Amino acid sequence: MNKNKKKTVEYGKYGLLFIAPFFIVFLVFQFYPLLYTIFKSFMFDKKTGRKKVTTVFGLGNYINYVFGGNGEVWQAMLITIVLWLLNFIPQLLLSLLLAAWFTDMQYKLKGQGAYKVIMYMPNIITAATIAVLFYSLFDVHGSMTELLRHMGLAGNEGVLTKGWWSLFIIAFIQFWMWYGNTMIVLIAGIMGINPSLYEAAMVDGATPRQQFFQITVPLLKPILQFTMVTSAIGGLQMYDIPQLFNEGKPLVNVAGTTVESTRTIVMLIKSYINAGPSQNYGRASAYSVVLFVITLVVSMVFYKLTSEKN
Amino acid sequence: MEKKQKLSGTVIFRHIICIILVLLALFPFYVLIINSTLESNVIKQGIHMLPGSHFFENYKNLMIKTSATSTVNLWQAMRNSLIVTVPTTALQVYFASLTAYGLTVYQFKGRDFAWGFIYAIMMIPTQVSIVGLIKVCSITNMYGTFWPLILPAIAAPTTVYFMKQYMQSGLSIEIIEAARIDGAGEFMTFNTIALPLLKPAMATQAIFAFVASWNNLYTPSILLATRTDTKATMPMFIESLKSNDKKRDFGEIYAGLLLTVIPLIIAYLALSKYIVAGVALGGVKE
Repeated sequence: MNKNKKKTVEYGKYGLLFIAPFFIVFLVFQFYPLLYTIFKSFMFDKKTGRKKVTTVFGLGNYINYVFGGNGEVWQAMLITIVLWLLNFIPQLLLSLLLAAWFTDMQYKLKGQGAYKVIMYMPNIITAATIAVLFYSLFDVHGSMTELLRHMGLAGNEGVLTKGWWSLFIIAFIQFWMWYGNTMIVLIAGIMGINPSLYEAAMVDGATPRQQFFQITVPLLKPILQFTMVTSAIGGLQMYDIPQLFNEGKPLVNVAGTTVESTRTIVMLIKSYINAGPSQNYGRASAYSVVLFVITLVVSMVFYKLTSEKN
Repeated sequence: MEKKQKLSGTVIFRHIICIILVLLALFPFYVLIINSTLESNVIKQGIHMLPGSHFFENYKNLMIKTSATSTVNLWQAMRNSLIVTVPTTALQVYFASLTAYGLTVYQFKGRDFAWGFIYAIMMIPTQVSIVGLIKVCSITNMYGTFWPLILPAIAAPTTVYFMKQYMQSGLSIEIIEAARIDGAGEFMTFNTIALPLLKPAMATQAIFAFVASWNNLYTPSILLATRTDTKATMPMFIESLKSNDKKRDFGEIYAGLLLTVIPLIIAYLALSKYIVAGVALGGVKE
């Protein structure tokens, strides 16, 4: 034992050597960019006409755009959270129900393997493809819009000009892409629960419903937390689907101001990065910092929850 | 008897719900296939259940259009995506294994810190530092090239996490010790002894690395922005399919979309067993 330990110490320099590439690349492509983005959020960096003006701006970006101005960053944040909630709540409920069914020993479902494979499939397909597909289906001349018209649910102008329709369709696409994934994770979680607990409960005469709420759900809590946090962090970065589905449109009127009803925070950041007259790296950076801080808070809550557990 | 009837009633109900969900999962793809074979004017009339014979015409129009507007065409985009995705996947899996191996097999000062650090940065999304990444690209002259899409794969904390989890149960230190006694160098031991033992985990991680890179729209659309005409990747090509042009041809769009989906569906069906098992490990979550 002692001898072994000595040996590993002796070889220790290889450990550093082997992890070095990871940390070098991390520093160059993730850590420095993060620091630079924070630094840039205190700079005025904007294209005016043909030339680019960069000056120290202090808290200017935060005062003028984050905590002042038209509050577009909070608006976009609110829309991002609404989109996430609209897809995550039904997604979690359905996944839990299906996971309970698929692991039910009493009523075994045949063909489960095929169900899982097909329900997961939308997750693997390029989100861009799915967004453009749904856009083409729900466009003014789209096949689904035509169907909705036949059912009396849509008028001549279609559904993409309606804020709530667009929000619900985007949330539905996210739900449709992700519930299979969540279901598989939850099934694995349930399978990891000690079967003797269920046997004991059965001996005590517990009904399947009681077993589900008193054994499965409490013991699944860490996995439910994990699912929720990873989904929330992913949800905060939502871009592909809303961008390619309706580009943040339609514009709706809320309390006298015109608002882009499906524009998420990452879409907003990108709108200030894109080449063109609205390019403003300072502003984009300040908004990135807001997103970073919120993401950090969400993941810290998660680490806190999990470390309490241990 | 009564109990049995009730039993099968429950099972039938559950099957019905599952079949509805399966149909829901397949329906958009079904419409996609059908619409890709129809003329634009027919598509505008609503949902069709039977295919037409316009697929090749739609495809031809699509190719003519992309060459007329001198945007990247479907096959160039697919090639570009492969140029990015294949090395990304290889680097990601190889270096994640190397990093996890370094943290598992060797004892050195700072090891626990390094591991805690990798665990902590798993949750930080790359989207938040995009302004800085643009800066790195302009300093290093990599803006508009594929490099900034490929190289960051060397530092993929989630992949390291899963490789390390796997190593804790799937890699015995004795074998490595034995190789040392035989006089193999440390790096050689990793490449020739450890890597083959890690193959199952590497394969799963490779699938997810490939899919994530292949489907990525955000970073390429920013970092390749200046040279979209030749360097656009698949998701960027898909983005270009969506035009708000009044005269847009739906047949063309659906044909293009279908061709982007087919390779993924084929690969998925071939690998679904591993993918579903990999997801069960909690391997992916966007």
